[in-house]
Amino acid sequence: MPDNLPAGEARDEDTPVVDIAIVGAGPAGLTAGLYAVRAGRSVILIEQLSPGGQAATTWQVDNYPGLPHIPGADLMMKIESQVREFNLQILSGQVLGMVPGKPHQLNTETGNIEARAIIFATGAKPRPLNIPGEAEFRGKGVSYCATCDGAFFRGLPVAVIGGGNTALEEAEFLTRFASKVYLVHRREKFRADKIVQDRVLQNPKIEIVSPFIPCEIAGPEQSVKGLKVERPDKTGNRELPVEGVFIFAGLNPQTDMVKNVLDLDEEAYLITGDDLSASVPGIFAAGDCRANQVKQIVVAAGEGARAAVMADRYLQTMAG
Amino acid sequence: MIEATDQNFETEVLKSNIPVLVDFWAAWCGPCRMIEPVVEEFARDFEGRIKAVKLDVDANQNAAGRFAIRSIPSLLFFKDGRLANQIVGACTKSQLVSMAEEILAG
Repeated sequence: MPDNLPAGEARDEDTPVVDIAIVGAGPAGLTAGLYAVRAGRSVILIEQLSPGGQAATTWQVDNYPGLPHIPGADLMMKIESQVREFNLQILSGQVLGMVPGKPHQLNTETGNIEARAIIFATGAKPRPLNIPGEAEFRGKGVSYCATCDGAFFRGLPVAVIGGGNTALEEAEFLTRFASKVYLVHRREKFRADKIVQDRVLQNPKIEIVSPFIPCEIAGPEQSVKGLKVERPDKTGNRELPVEGVFIFAGLNPQTDMVKNVLDLDEEAYLITGDDLSASVPGIFAAGDCRANQVKQIVVAAGEGARAAVMADRYLQTMAG
Repeated sequence: MIEATDQNFETEVLKSNIPVLVDFWAAWCGPCRMIEPVVEEFARDFEGRIKAVKLDVDANQNAAGRFAIRSIPSLLFFKDGRLANQIVGACTKSQLVSMAEEILAG
């Protein structure tokens, strides 16, 4: 092994090289961990928060096969405990960078981890709108998580921004608390599943405001008092009298730590081949951080499984 | 971790002789459950230097209202009875640590 090391790089003898390091403990990372340990590999999974990922913030998951109507946090705890049964080591830490090599090196805030293969399952974060008032009122009426913050808006009008499944499902969830929900979308048509659209259109508490683009979140000092929206062709505008603004207008992948090392697409998603391998041999990607179009828990879990199997095969080839 | 409440907020938080981290949380909040281990680890690491407490926003609406909490988890640092800094939303341990070091230094 040491003769494969790049010249001048000493290895820390105390940290053993693992077969597979996985970054991120959402559905993709946890499932990758499950498959990798069951394949008999030595595995380390690194997570910066606690296991669960974005899925844990979902109020209720209705499209994960076999577990109907399950709260997102409960689903993720089930997956985590299943994975822990196989003694998967989950480290708490933040990966700051990666140095490709033999072995590859992950740089974390507390030291380096060396691995023969790495699976990035770092997921994504809500994308900000970057409009005036958004950053200022974050946590004071501006939110990216309805299950976290919905209950603070009992009896108050709120706006939801976005046109996909997340936006429409969260708009529906917020009608439990809010007196009224304005659903603001910049296009005429929604992208959400038909079944979700039908429920939203029939909900008497939801008013559709489309096509309108949000332009400013307004309020005096401490809290939101309104949202200014404008028609895309600038033929009209409205000020919605809301005290909360929930933003579900897309995602940004969490790929900063590898942006100079691996190939990313124009939106910073990791580019992979059919076998989920990234642009450096031995590096794989799974779930929402990968350019895959379908951001779903079941897809992330499936990709985690595939990435682990592909990483295992890669290691077999290397050893062979 | 100590539970802060509307009743003991004054004594546990505002009159504490060391800085206090208050974790505003609720049982129905998934991300709050996710950062719980991070906060607990922080509490152990800073024992004696910073006191970490949890506050259930459902049971203690006065305290949550007083600091205009509209999003959880919200992590508020108090020093000498005043709000010194805060983090809204799930955060990493290193973010908490660097904010804590700043508060201890200042």
